[in-house]
Amino acid sequence: MRVVVLGAGIVGAACARELARRGLAVTVLDRGGPAAATTAHGEGNVLVSDKGPGPELELARLSRRLWPEILAEHEAPPADAVEWDAKGGIVVATTDAGARELARFADSQRAAGITADTLDAAALAEAEPHVTRDVALAVHYPEDAQVQPSGAAAFLLGGALRAGAELRTGCEVLGAVTSGGRLTAVRTSAGTIEADAFVNATGPWSGEVAARLGAPVDVRPRRGEVLVTTPQPPLVFHKVYDADYVGAVGSGAEELQASAVVESTRAGTILLGSSRRRVGFDDRLRPEVLSVIARKALRLFPCLAGVPVMRAYGGFRPYVPDHLPVIGPDPRLPGLWHAGGHEGAGIGLSPGTALLLADLLTGRAPQIDPAPFRVDRPAVLFEGDDQ
Amino acid sequence: MTARTRRHVAVVGAGPAGLAAAAAALRAGARVTLVDAAERPGGQYHRMLPEQYRAARPERLHHGWAAFDRLRRHVLGHPRCAWWAESSVWSLERPGPGDETAPRVHVVRGPADGAGRERLVLDPDALVLAPGAHDRVLPFPGWDLPGVFTAGAAQALAKGERVVIGDRVVVAGAGPFLLPVAASLLEAGSTVLEVLEANPAATVLRGWGRRPWELASQAGKAGELAEYTALLARHRVPYRTGRAVIEARGDGRVEEVVTARLRADWSVVSGTERIVAVDAVCVGHGFTPQLELPLAAGCALREGFVQVDGDQRTTAPAVLAAGEITGIAGAPAARVEGLVAGWAAGGGDAAAPEARAARRRRDRARAFAARLAAAHPIGDGWPGWLRPETVVCRCEETTYGALCRAADAPASAAARAVKLGTRAGLGPCQARICGPSVAELLARRSPPPDLAAGGHRPATPHHRPVAQPIRLGELARPPKENL
Ligand SMILES: Cc1cc2nc3c(=O)[nH]c(=O)nc-3n(C[C@H](O)[C@H](O)[C@H](O)COP(=O)(O)OP(=O)(O)OC[C@H]3O[C@@H](n4cnc5c(N)ncnc54)[C@H](O)[C@@H]3O)c2cc1C
Ligand SMILES: Cc1cc2nc3c(=O)[nH]c(=O)nc-3n(C[C@H](O)[C@H](O)[C@H](O)COP(=O)(O)OP(=O)(O)OC[C@H]3O[C@@H](n4cnc5c(N)ncnc54)[C@H](O)[C@@H]3O)c2cc1C
Repeated sequence: MRVVVLGAGIVGAACARELARRGLAVTVLDRGGPAAATTAHGEGNVLVSDKGPGPELELARLSRRLWPEILAEHEAPPADAVEWDAKGGIVVATTDAGARELARFADSQRAAGITADTLDAAALAEAEPHVTRDVALAVHYPEDAQVQPSGAAAFLLGGALRAGAELRTGCEVLGAVTSGGRLTAVRTSAGTIEADAFVNATGPWSGEVAARLGAPVDVRPRRGEVLVTTPQPPLVFHKVYDADYVGAVGSGAEELQASAVVESTRAGTILLGSSRRRVGFDDRLRPEVLSVIARKALRLFPCLAGVPVMRAYGGFRPYVPDHLPVIGPDPRLPGLWHAGGHEGAGIGLSPGTALLLADLLTGRAPQIDPAPFRVDRPAVLFEGDDQ
Repeated sequence: MTARTRRHVAVVGAGPAGLAAAAAALRAGARVTLVDAAERPGGQYHRMLPEQYRAARPERLHHGWAAFDRLRRHVLGHPRCAWWAESSVWSLERPGPGDETAPRVHVVRGPADGAGRERLVLDPDALVLAPGAHDRVLPFPGWDLPGVFTAGAAQALAKGERVVIGDRVVVAGAGPFLLPVAASLLEAGSTVLEVLEANPAATVLRGWGRRPWELASQAGKAGELAEYTALLARHRVPYRTGRAVIEARGDGRVEEVVTARLRADWSVVSGTERIVAVDAVCVGHGFTPQLELPLAAGCALREGFVQVDGDQRTTAPAVLAAGEITGIAGAPAARVEGLVAGWAAGGGDAAAPEARAARRRRDRARAFAARLAAAHPIGDGWPGWLRPETVVCRCEETTYGALCRAADAPASAAARAVKLGTRAGLGPCQARICGPSVAELLARRSPPPDLAAGGHRPATPHHRPVAQPIRLGELARPPKENL
């Protein structure tokens, strides 16, 4: 069986790897280079802490289990470039209202089997000596981890190539060739490519690509920005984030949302995320947005006030109005499959997504319920009016 | 007309180009805000000595000092000019498509090492960008040893701080800028062993043409060059073409350099290596324009510089450019470009006789820039000097070998992925030093497919939306607006 994966971001890379290892003849194509788009413009949090009970949490837990397994398959140094760090996350509420909400949220997660330990002031001070003392509630999630996203994507793609997949860059999908109502080939800027199945993994462009293929899905860009400081001595030891983050993730609001996510990287820089705005593909960095991110981060770590920001970057999260990824066959166009719409969690969720997609595509029983991610749900097929 | 209703021109950079632009905009009747990160105006060329040195004769080592001093006093003392010293433009916010207004200028003001600089924004009617260039250095084995200086840094130390960088110095690289650097070192008391121009005499002569002095004199450079040449001759410093420093060696600091003859493409002619004992070496391979602000403003580039029309207007609405960001031709050229840009930005009449005269002088300066570029190109063969263990990004200590491995692996070959994987260019200098070299090395190994990475700008080493570092505490505060 021949499969063409459209898009060489982390989701396409993970799918290609999983399919190639099952013996399928896989081609990955991308209009740019591998892992150069959204995957190289975000952060690498692999989180369970920000997800309430439900299908996304199940996908996150599956992925969290798969990451170490996948990394263990190859020796360092390739796996080293992934910078896997199971450092755990700490969620901090600085207001009483926030604390009540966080307590309720953590309870519901515990009921779903997530480890969420409440930290008292002393335990928090020991875990994060530089965090604000102005804390109403802090919860520790030991399962949270992080990767370096483009390193992780390169690692997954490398696995696909070793398993026999072929990579074609500089190849843009332009349209469909159908036969008897079935997708049999894609027209690209580098010729027509035939296959038995096509996986749309084009991230925030999934909507546009699906429309070109004649089966539109409602995936839209949601802009996010991140600040990067100059290298610092160790100051931040976990991923530390504001309890508001959970609200911002779950919101679909058009206006600016920002919540602090503070983490250090192996290079010593501190990443401060992130904003959420719906502005189409407008890639201008707005200083006032950066200012809001700085303000929120300083609320968590007042001691960072004198630390210089040397860089800022931004990307477009692939956003679906009901905040769930789209994974599975497209019932309107046999031969077309989707793996996208992961919004701000596509790095972390890529292994589980690939496993689920490959199970469905090769007819194996999936490990989690695929129904919530199906393509023919109202949020995905509804054609937005505000684009 | 009140000050408020006058046309407002913001000028970024108070080097030769920016200062002239401010003067011309004032003359055209505009209100001007002149912004520079430095404490004093003058830019790289008229690098002023720190006040505390109270230099008795600042004009020593400074050509055209008297004219510069007059211009500086005129502009800074002008009632319609606001001079913002120690003010860094850290971001330019371009308007949306179809909006013809100038970008919003975001500034942090105050001593760079002091706490709590204030954040300010300007919304000018026109913006003149004159941020200049910084000197470029190609990597070679040992270039990261202490005692290896960029020509610009050596020049700044000698001219700005009067610091002697070494007793026995070799000056090497490409371009006429090596001459003033050697001159400053001699003036500061160093022994300059030799000045090495990497391009062979044939390339240099072909570029300068048959009557180089005439050309240089049109660009206002002849007297200066003659003076440097005479100074070198007096000190018996040999000027050699077709030779370069290809390696620096030493235990903890540079003790000797290896020089070698080069072919026209800068590949080494083996067997011509010579070892020279030194205690410092200066290298410079031309200049890299500071393109982060023009790119943030949305200006198109042409052959690596900001593209401008006859009035120095860029392709971005209400944004003009002058000086080294539009081409490298020295301070007099930067000045005349500044005059043209400032006059247009200030709403001056394009048909005025002085505007016509300035444009004619600017055209000659451009011709000079073109010939300079032809006479002192960067040869394609320089990567041959590198070894796998040679560091190419000094901040992150990325080696040439690591870069090649990342670029050759198909799964990580995209420029951005290579950067994130090897961290080349991600350190505190934000690729100002290594960016163009790394980009060239990568482009040679795999032609960049990134151009089409939809929705994201084409990879350029100059894309820095945060143009100058800003502290989190400064960024967090709301700005003062519309001053
Ligand atoms: C600021 C920010 C912070 C984030 N933080 C996190 C985080 O901490 N943790 C986390 O898990 N996730 C995070 N994310 C989200 C994560 O980055 C994305 O979910 C993920 O990268 C999506 O991967 P993808 O492969 O679907 O898309 P992409 O990486 O965008 O890949 C899609 C590919 O499709 C290609 N393509 C598009 N159109 C065509 C076409 N017509 N023909 C051929 N190819 C095409 C593109 O060139 C691209 O390479 C963040 C995102 C942002 C913006
Ligand atoms: C280190 C160095 C030394 C040099 N020495 C000589 C010499 O001795 N003889 C010679 O003939 N030529 C010399 N040159 C070349 C000469 O400096 C140029 O020809 C000339 O100065 C160019 O003028 P300019 O106005 O374009 O830029 P510059 O003179 O470089 O002025 C640019 C100004 O912009 C300011 N600036 C830049 N970015 C920002 C920002 N984001 N915010 C605020 N301000 C900003 C800088 O502080 C600077 O003052 C030197 C160049 C360099 C780089």
